[in-house]
Amino acid sequence: MIVESLFFSAVLFTIGVVGVLTRRNAIIVFMCVELMLNAVNLSFVALSRLYGMTGQVFVIFVMTVAAAEAAVGLAIIISIFRHQQTVDLQNINILKG
Amino acid sequence: MNFYAFFFYLFGLVAIASAVAFVTRKSPVAAALWLVNTMFSLAVLYIMLDAQFIGIIQILVYAGAIMVVFLFVVMLLNLGHPSEIADIKGLGARLLAGAAGLALLAELLVVVRQELPDLIPAPPAHTNVVNPIAAPLFTQYLLAFEITSVLLLAAIVGAVVLAKRRV
Repeated sequence: MIVESLFFSAVLFTIGVVGVLTRRNAIIVFMCVELMLNAVNLSFVALSRLYGMTGQVFVIFVMTVAAAEAAVGLAIIISIFRHQQTVDLQNINILKG
Repeated sequence: MNFYAFFFYLFGLVAIASAVAFVTRKSPVAAALWLVNTMFSLAVLYIMLDAQFIGIIQILVYAGAIMVVFLFVVMLLNLGHPSEIADIKGLGARLLAGAAGLALLAELLVVVRQELPDLIPAPPAHTNVVNPIAAPLFTQYLLAFEITSVLLLAAIVGAVVLAKRRV
């Protein structure tokens, strides 16, 4: 089942990348990043059946970082929405010179 | 095909189908709910891979906490206007993204095809499932664990400062 897990993980990661590249809603782009983190977690869990528990410890760390990233990222999105009244990434270009 | 393999493939395919539905839905709420479905299927896969603790944490943290925050923000921003909903990029960008995705998938599948070592023996069914994760977390990776607590503190302060209105 390890090879199948790695295959599922690769497919999910690719779906996340395609989502980031095709969507313009900043919230959905963030959710695609979460999907990519989940795909990597699946790889970690599968490989922990081969290399020991370190993989599962790393999954805990990845989840912590994902939670922190979601909190800060969504706060930034709310802050941008308050200024621009939109979360469309085409319109968020305040850092452009 | 035995019982275990059938359900493993079933939930793997459910996860992938839900992810595809998630990326293609126009409404952010529907997308978030499909993503929750993907996360539940992944939790089942974790449990089937003998990572019961990670599976439960996946449901509690991802489906229970992170996705609720996402849904809450979607609700707060009230993205109901049609112009906000139709947010998929044009045909050129989609073709480019599809090509990049196919290239990445091919690359990942080549990496995955290498020889893997044998399975290490699974723990007996009735042992504690938390202990094997907690022991390295609090000994070998103690410094990393403490640094994550600083990271969480910084994230809390940052989220409050960024999201609050100007005083």
